Amino acid sequence: MKLLVCVSKTPDTTAKISFNADHTEFNEAGITFIMNPYDEWYALVRAMELKEATGGTVTLINVGPASNDAVIRKGLAIGADDAVRIDCNPTSSLYVAKQIAEYAKEQNYDMVFCGKETIDYNGSEVGGMVADMLAMPFISYASEMEMNGNTATIKRDIEGGKETIEVDTPFVLSAAKGLAEQRIPNMRGIMQARRKPINVVSPVDFEDVSSVVSYELPPAKAACKMVDPENMEELVRLLHEEAKII
Amino acid sequence: MSVLVFAESQGGEFKKAAFEAVTYGYKTAQVLGTECVALCLGDAPNAAQLGQYGASKVLHVADAALNNFDSLAYTGAIAAAVEAAGATVVVMMHGSTGKGLVGCVSARLGAGSAPGVNQIPTNDGSFKVKKNVFSGKAIAEVELKSAIKVISVMGNSFQPEVVGSDAPVEALAAAVPASRVSVKEVSRVKGTVPLPEAELVVSAGRGMKGPENWGIIEEMAEILGAATACSRPVADTHWRPHHEHVGQTGVAIRPNLYFAIGISGAIQHLAGVSSSKVIVVINKDPEAPFFKAADYGVCADLFDVVPKLNEALKNFKANA
Repeated sequence: MKLLVCVSKTPDTTAKISFNADHTEFNEAGITFIMNPYDEWYALVRAMELKEATGGTVTLINVGPASNDAVIRKGLAIGADDAVRIDCNPTSSLYVAKQIAEYAKEQNYDMVFCGKETIDYNGSEVGGMVADMLAMPFISYASEMEMNGNTATIKRDIEGGKETIEVDTPFVLSAAKGLAEQRIPNMRGIMQARRKPINVVSPVDFEDVSSVVSYELPPAKAACKMVDPENMEELVRLLHEEAKII
Repeated sequence: MSVLVFAESQGGEFKKAAFEAVTYGYKTAQVLGTECVALCLGDAPNAAQLGQYGASKVLHVADAALNNFDSLAYTGAIAAAVEAAGATVVVMMHGSTGKGLVGCVSARLGAGSAPGVNQIPTNDGSFKVKKNVFSGKAIAEVELKSAIKVISVMGNSFQPEVVGSDAPVEALAAAVPASRVSVKEVSRVKGTVPLPEAELVVSAGRGMKGPENWGIIEEMAEILGAATACSRPVADTHWRPHHEHVGQTGVAIRPNLYFAIGISGAIQHLAGVSSSKVIVVINKDPEAPFFKAADYGVCADLFDVVPKLNEALKNFKANA
């Protein structure tokens, strides 16, 4: 199996979010960056498991500048064979997807993996875009997957339950919790990752059609109103009369 | 020109989310000074009903291949409907189907997209719309510059509003490609409100001490007509089913009311629930970080306070 795993760099989950003075750019000062957790814990690890079971290769692809290499090296330490970085500063999901699809279309991958969403822009879009550009089915929010030859049986998370589907390769899959268990890279993996290639590729031209014009922080919450535990009638009254919610 | 709304049906029935989508599309059409056209795919005997929420007509691609979700087939049908309706904006819900579809549709149409929005767009010469980013820790205003724009809407951001009566339904013949995905089984929990659609949610965490204690939580949910939810450790230890897990790795929700009972409020949990309109926290630890995100708090042992709250809610409901 020839597998491609799309990986993003995102701020750490606990990062404090702030913006520049005119609120047009995310302030990266003091931010720790990580590999997007869904890409790492579920997409990459499930791809590694498939490779271990049936042979093949796992290639990482990232769309971004050289400063993303640290995140890519972590993926190589987890076990990917090699990596491709499309060298640019991406401006939208469509831009990222276009770069991945342009690279992937010549490579005949059996499966393309990505995380269910990134924890920064929360779009859930790139996988679907890549799938449509490659004319492959997109299987989103996969939380279980078994392979039998070229046929995958996949459980998708849907509202209030699961949908079980079958699909033949090639396809694009977005990974949710349950698809695999997080792996911590060991020292041998980290050492090997230093010698694995990161193939740097120039981006294709693409005129972008969307952009973030400004950011804001959510309105601050008023202080929590504490209610006497002996007086739950008061809580019910507040929810009814003040919050008007029940 | 029009705003095209994909209104999803399940087994021929519309869920509330379909009406939310049409209400959003109708309001967007008003901003743009145009009409709202709804689109149904597969079995949808009640398609005309979408007119009540503001659709001036309903396009219906009745191909049975569309009864189950397949991204390529749905994207092809939506692209055909965009052309038929002369649509400049495509609206869908950001649910499990929409998340699997929004990227495909925007790629197919070469369209700028805004996934997971929670406000109506503005159009003062440029088309802009706001969405949550950084897992609810910030809001971004996105400008879409393409001729066609694609938007998916967070569930429970807009309540369905009846503004008219049934609309004419036009059959649309779209060449739907043969599905490459075959659906083998759909298992949904029966008789409960699905979480992303729920307006009221009662959620509990490790403070419950064990699955055998969930009776008081289920009782509260029943009194309120609420959905039940849980934190990650509770789902991971199989005290509660996986689909109840809300938070960053689980489902992100924005109900009108979120009860967090015996949940400390780790940042990963807050990422999935902080957009809730009103949050009530019950926790015996006064230092629990959840109190900082709460509107109302009760600092006490949940095993004392939840039964008292259930009694008070019952009395309230009996007298309402």
